[in-house]
Amino acid sequence: MQPAIPVGIVGYGAYVPRYRIKAAEIARVWGAGDGGLPIEEKAVPGLDEDVISMSIEAARNALLRAQIDPQELGAVWVGSESHPYAVKPSSTVVAEALGATPLVSAGDWQFACKAGTEAMQAAVGYIGSGMVNYALAIGADTAQGRPSDALEYTAGAGAAAFILGRAEESVAILEASLSYVTDTPDFWRRPYQHYPEHGNRFTGDPAYFHHSVTAAERLLAQMGRTPADYAWAVFHQPNVKFPSKAAATVGFKPEQIAPGLLVGAIGNTYAGASPIGLTAILDVAKPGDRILLVSFGSGAGSDAMSFVVTDALPEKRKRATPTQAYVKRRVEIDYATYARYRNKLQTA
Amino acid sequence: MRDVSVIGIGQTKVGEHWDRSLSDLAVEAVLAALADAGLDSVDVLYVGNMLGDLLSGQTQLGALIADQAGLGGIPAMRIEAADASGAAALHEAYRAVAGGLVETALVVGVEKMTDRLPEVVESAMTAGGSADYETAHGVTYTAQSALIMQRYMHENGLQVDDFAPFAVNAHRNAGANPFAMYRSPISEKAYRQAKMVATPVNLLDGAPLADGAAAMILTSTERATALGRSGVRIAASTMATDSLLITDRPDFLSLDAARRSAAAAYAAAGIRPEDIDVAEVHDAFGILAALSLEACGFADRGQGVKVALSGEIGRDGRIPIASLGGFKARGNPVGASGIYQAIEIVTQLLGRAGASQVPSARVGLTQNLGSNGVTAVTHIFTLTQGGGQTS
Repeated sequence: MQPAIPVGIVGYGAYVPRYRIKAAEIARVWGAGDGGLPIEEKAVPGLDEDVISMSIEAARNALLRAQIDPQELGAVWVGSESHPYAVKPSSTVVAEALGATPLVSAGDWQFACKAGTEAMQAAVGYIGSGMVNYALAIGADTAQGRPSDALEYTAGAGAAAFILGRAEESVAILEASLSYVTDTPDFWRRPYQHYPEHGNRFTGDPAYFHHSVTAAERLLAQMGRTPADYAWAVFHQPNVKFPSKAAATVGFKPEQIAPGLLVGAIGNTYAGASPIGLTAILDVAKPGDRILLVSFGSGAGSDAMSFVVTDALPEKRKRATPTQAYVKRRVEIDYATYARYRNKLQTA
Repeated sequence: MRDVSVIGIGQTKVGEHWDRSLSDLAVEAVLAALADAGLDSVDVLYVGNMLGDLLSGQTQLGALIADQAGLGGIPAMRIEAADASGAAALHEAYRAVAGGLVETALVVGVEKMTDRLPEVVESAMTAGGSADYETAHGVTYTAQSALIMQRYMHENGLQVDDFAPFAVNAHRNAGANPFAMYRSPISEKAYRQAKMVATPVNLLDGAPLADGAAAMILTSTERATALGRSGVRIAASTMATDSLLITDRPDFLSLDAARRSAAAAYAAAGIRPEDIDVAEVHDAFGILAALSLEACGFADRGQGVKVALSGEIGRDGRIPIASLGGFKARGNPVGASGIYQAIEIVTQLLGRAGASQVPSARVGLTQNLGSNGVTAVTHIFTLTQGGGQTS
């Protein structure tokens, strides 16, 4: 897919909460041993943090880099599976806090871990059709895993925000994108359920790998490209193993995915995962570098997007906090504190 | 009673068949068995299945599979005896042919498990125990094996690691079985380091629950001979039961039903344990393999693990078991496993086991247990003269 009017990323920003719990600490509590843990540690939101607050933090960084008036935003869209309200948008609160209201499209997106890139795809359409000049697309989650479940080791928290606009103002221009979806029930959460359920190994080959690898390969084939044409790639990262294997399957080398592979240090940030990885790559990329972004959302589907970095990036990226600063900022907590922060103790 | 022979076998690969239904799997195995036998019809169909209603919401498996396989409205029914369902169905098919009530019987074991969440599957498996006195209190199928294993280790001075040879042997042998779920070898070290599932049962001790279907066609030996397919005869098919509650058994380290069904099988076949060249025992857990070895007379009481430790269960050993992977590495589609065992013994007797061939195998035994020995079904298969070449 390509927009009628060329589109790119005008500003970007990330946010990751400061608290960390080690996977080994979770394993200690559940008696699971620490052999083969999926990550080193994960980011935990503080008591006063949620998808809305993290979205605002990330969006402010994106606005700092874009240097535009929030009133110029034509859309504010938040993709998440952990919106604080079941009914009532996160996006209106975010738009209000940023000063983008009231003449703005606001909405929440839901597609498990690819809600963020789904919002980005839609923003490309809004701008590419000439409806608006700027659109803000956010992927953010404060994901929860049922205590002792495999997902508890990885379910992290974080947000990434992208202001999409005209290509000529961009730090990275969208070359082409593609969405690949099927009805594949690998992971879900029903209304009123606190924790999601998943199909164990079914989440692997038929879900994550099939969609991620196919989306990446189809987009590369459509563009007549190979992984060697790219400086960087970022895949959805529910753990360290999955994106490493998917990238290798498509033909990327470990060094091409290294800067965007953050899951080992911050956990799986769900709708924020591949978008935050993209922000970390934009923090180090050079003009002319090509970047492949491949998200994955359970249920299931992948968005693949190809970007090329412009000369504007090196100057603009200095205007806000780099993603690695958030990744490295850490206050380690134990399981008891984590249980309190994540409301895992029923007190009434 | 007349002699009964096996004239056709068919099986699906064991594994996670997420894109295939219970009847898809059963039909594949049935059609393969019919093709192997060179038949397009049979007189009766028995379906061995434990969990069709609990996991697939499906009963009437006899009619369903007969219809889907194009068997034209023949008598067909499901036989259920927990994880011994497969061998129980084979037992019924044997009786129908041996008793002269039918000429040709088709038996298919089928199980479809991996589309459901693990806790749902474990709960369904536990339905094979006592609902009032065990299941309601949360004693799962795996936990029961763990309790028995704990006591066995205590009485016989054993460690968890001593059970490793069962899993290591099974994985080594599965390499030559294209229908097995796990065909890679595992090391004793990997067994020692495997995480506990229900102490002392660890992840590499328990057989993986899986999807699969296996089918076998029986007819009278007289007819099999006329068809030129009298290779393998069923010399015995016996079944016995015990109390559902482990706590009701005077000695739960001796699987009484397994012992009685094995003794009856040897008597029916007119042979002794030492005449068996290859056996498939119920190795859903290492402890059950050990107790099944003892019940079949291949080891004295408390010596099942020591027989494995001494290397006697390997292909060239005194009593080879899990010769094509067993439950542990072939995988355990519970209601189908009894038929997979029978097919594997037939494969060995016909000399078609490839790199896992047991040398000069002419007499084989299978023992399939339901829920830790509540039900036990034992079969003995013999190779007829020249059978390995003609069938």
